[in-house]
Amino acid sequence: MPSVTLLGQSIVSGLLAGGLYGLLALGLSLSWGLLRLVNLGHFALAFLGAYLTYQLGTAFHWPAWASALVIVPAFFALGVGLHAVFAYFRVTEFTSLLVTFGITVILESLIQWFWTADFRRFETPYASTSSRIGPLFVPTLELLAALTATALALATWAWLRLTYVGKALRASAEDPEIAAAFGVNHRAQAFLLSGVSAAYAGVAGVFIALISTLAPAQIWSWLGVVFAVVIIGGLANPVGALLAGLLIGVSESVTMAVVTPAWAPLVSFSLLILILVARPGRA
Amino acid sequence: MNARPLAALLAVGLGLATLPLMGLPAFYESFLYLIFSWVALATSWSLLSGYAGYFSFGHGAFFGAGMYTTATLAASFKVPFLWTLPVAGLLPALLALGIGAVVFRVRRLRGELFGLLTLAITFVLATIVLNTRIDGGPGVYLIGVPIPRLVGSPTGTVYLLGLALATLSVATAKVVAGSRLGLGLFAIHDDEDVAEVKGVPTFRYKLVAFALSAGIAGVAGGIHAVYVSYVTVGETFSITVPLYVVLMSILGGARHWLGPMVGAVLITASLYLFTGGQTAVLGRAAVALALILVILLLPEGVVPASLRGWRRLRGRPAAPDAAAVAAAATAASIDRPAGAAGRFMVEAPASPPPPAAADTAAARGLECVDVWRAFGGIEALRGVSLEVGRGEIVGLVGPNGSGKTTLINLVSGHYGADRGRIALGEATLTGRSAHEIARLGVSRTYQIPRPFANLSVLDNVALAATFGPAASGAGAARAEAREWLAFTGLGRRAAARPAELNLHERKFLELARALASRPRVILLDEVLSGLNPGEIASAVRLIREIRAGGASILFVEHVMRAVLELSDRVVVLNEGEVIAAGDPREVLRDPRVVRVYLGTRHAA
Repeated sequence: MPSVTLLGQSIVSGLLAGGLYGLLALGLSLSWGLLRLVNLGHFALAFLGAYLTYQLGTAFHWPAWASALVIVPAFFALGVGLHAVFAYFRVTEFTSLLVTFGITVILESLIQWFWTADFRRFETPYASTSSRIGPLFVPTLELLAALTATALALATWAWLRLTYVGKALRASAEDPEIAAAFGVNHRAQAFLLSGVSAAYAGVAGVFIALISTLAPAQIWSWLGVVFAVVIIGGLANPVGALLAGLLIGVSESVTMAVVTPAWAPLVSFSLLILILVARPGRA
Repeated sequence: MNARPLAALLAVGLGLATLPLMGLPAFYESFLYLIFSWVALATSWSLLSGYAGYFSFGHGAFFGAGMYTTATLAASFKVPFLWTLPVAGLLPALLALGIGAVVFRVRRLRGELFGLLTLAITFVLATIVLNTRIDGGPGVYLIGVPIPRLVGSPTGTVYLLGLALATLSVATAKVVAGSRLGLGLFAIHDDEDVAEVKGVPTFRYKLVAFALSAGIAGVAGGIHAVYVSYVTVGETFSITVPLYVVLMSILGGARHWLGPMVGAVLITASLYLFTGGQTAVLGRAAVALALILVILLLPEGVVPASLRGWRRLRGRPAAPDAAAVAAAATAASIDRPAGAAGRFMVEAPASPPPPAAADTAAARGLECVDVWRAFGGIEALRGVSLEVGRGEIVGLVGPNGSGKTTLINLVSGHYGADRGRIALGEATLTGRSAHEIARLGVSRTYQIPRPFANLSVLDNVALAATFGPAASGAGAARAEAREWLAFTGLGRRAAARPAELNLHERKFLELARALASRPRVILLDEVLSGLNPGEIASAVRLIREIRAGGASILFVEHVMRAVLELSDRVVVLNEGEVIAAGDPREVLRDPRVVRVYLGTRHAA
């Protein structure tokens, strides 16, 4: 049995890693739940954001926040543009999966073309700083990522619950025809949501650049876990996505500490299977 | 069924089988083997996912299970390679049966949720293989495993095995597509609930398709294990297999037996054009772009789209047997009602029972005794009892929300009753699944027509005849279906898709579908609503003719004129309870009934 400190440390790092899962899941959950588009391209977009942050940081010495100021609005526009294509061709839930798979492969190839398949590491002075709470270390960047994820999840929740646009989006997701009969302009809002979702991928990308080592093939490695998070959290439920991210993060890192790292995927995916079989109505 | 495509397939297979004998260079053998392997994988995937619409992302799990079965048996237990292949097929098939037995019971677990579930299973399986003695981490070498030389070299053997499996799987897809199983799977794809109500044993069919699909993938994995000769978890259970398989099938057309094969050839060949160096990276991007364009422009797939284009070029109508259908329709319309209506009650006694026996079970027809059903806190039915005698027409009326449709859903087995007993003659219906109830002779229509959108009008009706109580083979079912289409005046629309029909025609399609199973009891849920007076008159005539054939009819209706005209008896439901029953004219004058419909003031 590992020591209490080790266990505590693994819970802390699980929560922090879970924050990043939640951040990635957020945009995916929104477009899936509210637009009925399963966007595999979300992961590729996040990594494109990460590589851009890396490029701006290493070649032009931009600080990450400055890159974020450029990347996030640009990705918003990109999301709107992509949705224009989806809307024009009336992409359905299943075809969206295939089309965005194609987009992912294209982005992965482009990333590999520019930055090669080698590992890239964005070295920043604050990469290794951390604060100490009692016996536990809390790395600053991971903490920042988790806090950003929390803030965005709560803001998105408030946006969907409290504003007209949010309510209209939820109404359209439930029954587009009835919503349209009540004057909801679903098309305009779909563009907005698609932009927001892509912008979130940009935010996640900046943090991925700061926290982890980059390689094009890693685009696929997040896929399984983040989809598990989206489903466990419930579609179009921002706070659910965050909590599910934290849950998966902690369960993985505790498994790593208590058993061995290799068994970690078993926990999150078994959890997903159980939830799907027991409560398929969630999604 | 047309056997020519199968013969052609076999001829191509045999032709390709001679290539190794003619000294094909090993490079081409291995390239063609890869195509065969993907053909087998994509085609097997489409058996469940393309035909029945249960989109699986777990094909990698079965492929991987097959690979590790062969790897373990051949490398660790020294089982001869060829002997490992049946096991490599059997284990994944059993795995699929186990998964399906749990998952297919969950009604809402469809579409993308099923896809994610199967993907998760892949990761779980990969983790188990990686952390147990099956692999343990370093991978399994099969270098020392002897490969029998069927022709010339070991690569020739792998080539032939791949070819045989690819041919077998495409032939399987073709045979299934033309079979009862295939018809059932296509119906499940379009509307699983309706398929079940029409008598398709959906649970069993899904299991069979899943096991077949997983078994073929497993054998493909077993062959692939010796092809790569070094098996690792990372390569085996990667996301590549499920994604490529899905893409190939969709590209080619997952609902057509040839589609996955065409998609597999196209994608494997185009990926092979770009190997090695930086151009490979851009080549992959180009393939992905082509894929996006094809999916956006030809969403149903290359094969169905080309077939349609080909038929248009040759100036033939869209459905293959449209001409035959039209001929049959005109022929049938001459002796229309008598021929069709006389076909009811095939199992009924030849002579009507004497009046004294009137209340034996067999004569009672449909019987509901004290039936209760609640949804959450709302009690939709509170102790409903009613009977429909043989050859009787009972009108079921009541305000909206009074439980009429719920009762129909309970009788047809869509929901179970909380309490009470529903019986047809001597057979208890409560507790049976919907397809069993359909086979006992209950059939229904839907208030809002729910035809199978991707089946022709003829096949919609033929499905009911195929799976109904008087279950018949494909040819007989289609002949039967044509008669019922003629009976309901839809003879000329046999080749159309349901989307091309207007409301009145779709309502009559519902009716034809309900009749084609030759039921003992027909539940009609507002067949007349939304029809104009002329259409109502012809529907009323049809219902009379149906009864003349001997079937019992329970019909829910708001069109009171028709209720009065048709019903032998009327039962009035209000808030889940029977408030009146008996002669139509008396019941509708009953003050309680008037109060329910019009409010207290009018009842006085």
